[in-house]
Amino acid sequence: MGSTSGHSNSGLGRRDLIKRSAALGLVTIPTMGFLSACASGDGGAGGSKVEKGKVTKTNPLGVNETAALEVVIFDGGFGQQYAIDAEKKYNAAFPKAPKVKHKATQKIQSELQPRFNGGTPPDLIDNSGAEQMDMGVLVGKKQLADLTPLLDAPSVDDPNKKVRDTLRPGIVEMGQFDGAPVWILYYAYTVYGVWYSQTALDRLDAQYPETWDEMLALCEKAKKQGIAGWTYAGKHPYYLPFSLYPFIAKIGGREVLDSIDNLEPNAWKHPAVKAAFEAYYELYKKGYILKGTPGLDHIQSQTAWTKGKALFIPNGSWVENEAASTMPKDFNLAVAAPSGLDASDKMPFGTIWASGGEPFIVPAKAKNVEGGMEQLRIMLSEESSKNFTTQVKSLTAFNGGTDGIELTPGLKSGVAALEKAGENVVNPRLQDWYVKLQKEQIGVAGLGEMMAGRLTPAEAISKIQGFADKAAQDSSVKKYKHQ
Amino acid sequence: MQHGKYRFIVGFLAAPLALYAVFVIWPFVQSIYYSFTDWTGLSPDFSMVGFDNYARLLDDDVFWKSLQHSLLFALVLPVVTIGLALFFAFMINVGGRHRKGAAISGVRGSSFYKIAYFFPQVLSIAIVALLFQFAYNPESGAINSALKAVGLGDVQPLWLGDPDLALWCVMAVLVWSTVGFFVVLFSAGMASIPKDFYEAALLDGASRVTTFFRITLPLLWDTIQSGWVYMGILALGAESFAVVQIMTTGPGGPDYSTTVMVLYVYQSAFRDGAAAYATTIGVALLVVTLAFAAVVMKLGRRERLEY
Repeated sequence: MGSTSGHSNSGLGRRDLIKRSAALGLVTIPTMGFLSACASGDGGAGGSKVEKGKVTKTNPLGVNETAALEVVIFDGGFGQQYAIDAEKKYNAAFPKAPKVKHKATQKIQSELQPRFNGGTPPDLIDNSGAEQMDMGVLVGKKQLADLTPLLDAPSVDDPNKKVRDTLRPGIVEMGQFDGAPVWILYYAYTVYGVWYSQTALDRLDAQYPETWDEMLALCEKAKKQGIAGWTYAGKHPYYLPFSLYPFIAKIGGREVLDSIDNLEPNAWKHPAVKAAFEAYYELYKKGYILKGTPGLDHIQSQTAWTKGKALFIPNGSWVENEAASTMPKDFNLAVAAPSGLDASDKMPFGTIWASGGEPFIVPAKAKNVEGGMEQLRIMLSEESSKNFTTQVKSLTAFNGGTDGIELTPGLKSGVAALEKAGENVVNPRLQDWYVKLQKEQIGVAGLGEMMAGRLTPAEAISKIQGFADKAAQDSSVKKYKHQ
Repeated sequence: MQHGKYRFIVGFLAAPLALYAVFVIWPFVQSIYYSFTDWTGLSPDFSMVGFDNYARLLDDDVFWKSLQHSLLFALVLPVVTIGLALFFAFMINVGGRHRKGAAISGVRGSSFYKIAYFFPQVLSIAIVALLFQFAYNPESGAINSALKAVGLGDVQPLWLGDPDLALWCVMAVLVWSTVGFFVVLFSAGMASIPKDFYEAALLDGASRVTTFFRITLPLLWDTIQSGWVYMGILALGAESFAVVQIMTTGPGGPDYSTTVMVLYVYQSAFRDGAAAYATTIGVALLVVTLAFAAVVMKLGRRERLEY
């Protein structure tokens, strides 16, 4: 450990050299070298497209029968088997094409961003999960192919019906950003709402409450037995909108949500928003929220809920799969549309939020654009859709596909909720148009703070309106409007 | 040997320096370049926008908050970690009762403590963060359950869910996971301090506190200083990112109470599709890190002791 200081020669000593380079290295290495990994490429070097094939009755998109196809699937809650099954069908339809190149990953962005930058993306991508690439940016930078040819092609099951007409409500609109082109096809169909255990309600001798007064009364009844009324993913408070947004729509009508999505000035100051916020805040005020909820993440809150510590949780239909390991056998999972406020509500009870999940995209610079679309067309057949529903307990964009297969309780209840809703399905778009605004600003900094009791509804609303106004003015954020 | 010395050095260093230039220096240059563009990170085309990103940075409340938190990390974490580590290392090596035959020795069971302290270092920071996330669970986590068990059922903080506590919770995890490394580092340093010094001091009637401040600390100064820089960089960089990203609300919340600069870089680049803005924050982070290193080096400069 001893050292000799004071070199007599004035040159660069060995120690000095080592010391200086070590210090330099120490300072520089960890800071931001990682960004080098995503340095942008030169673009134009991209691949040449394959030649288009002949359009026939069985090949309405004109797929090149010998061209290779490359598919990248997000390997998340839905796994990848459904895609592999559909790829086999592609190969059966085009026996001259090489086996479909299949890749499943959770790291969509890390793996594909360099390929987009290099101009050599795969032909079909399930752009989902925590590493989802920002759709708004992809669209804005013209990286995606317009899927209109696919939607106008005849469906696999009925050549007289276009693919467009076999889809559930909202799917086509969700794929549009500005104007007619459809950039994304959401394959899964998610039902959002208030999830609960029918068994737990039976034990309390209760029905799902249709009005807010009934909701409060039920929560009071549960509280007396030591059960909390509600819990939610406190660390991800952007789960709250799953029941809150359709609640707002029910009170004030669909236009309120549309104006919120359109970032219109004072959209959040609408009386319906205020009423909904105050109703939720009352849950906190009266102590109906499970203690400690603001510190729970989604899994922890779901576990507390499946253990019967709370009755209701705002969530999406994936919860059936996600909470399966902790859900008791007799849980009897069910979903309901948000309870209404009172008789003056603009929309009927049953108004629910349902929308597409698992966004599939075909890159504009893909080599085999037609092949990517054809693969989607195959996936949207009744057979493939049923296969998906059986495997992963989720509906697909294909309208139907539930006959003749046994549905799990949650799925069954989801189908029933959709039937009850009929036309009254709302589809707020903030979470795909303005991710940061929805999750971090409205969710964490607004709703999360209000439900933890640190903001009043009025304060939360003006804070959120401030965020929305700022996003509206931010020229670096691309804006979208409801058509 | 003086003649041709530089050519000799260059000959040896050419290859490593070339690697360093390509993989470290060049990315820096690129990052700085990209910070003047509007590159999204999702497509190869972008254009120059001058200082727009920097103007936006100065006007960005979240950036200032993350800067504030990062600076707090860089100040508090080294002080607490190194202070604790010095204390533990001293107790393990020097602080024990006098025993026959040895002038100085550690407390009873010091070799066990040495291993116990080092243990968290073996775990990856991601696992540590996950474990603590469970411990901090306000509803059924270890900490609140323990509070309940000792009759403090009324004291059930939200921990990570409370904006006033969350940042400290995160820091505590980092201290827990890194203090062991420094205990071992300082122990090694202390072991190389000749025992005669302590013997002489103790013979002269010096207390343990005096020996610590008059002998241990000065002779350990070099080690502490590098430890300080290392810890500061850790607090500004990867480790703080990992714990904040894994453990906190949002992540970065509640209400931006735990966001740090590296997290903001990551979110801008990989969530918001604003890679150019992310590199701008990265440049700010670079400035902060360099400034930190410079300040520590400057403050820490002392006459070196020979022994």
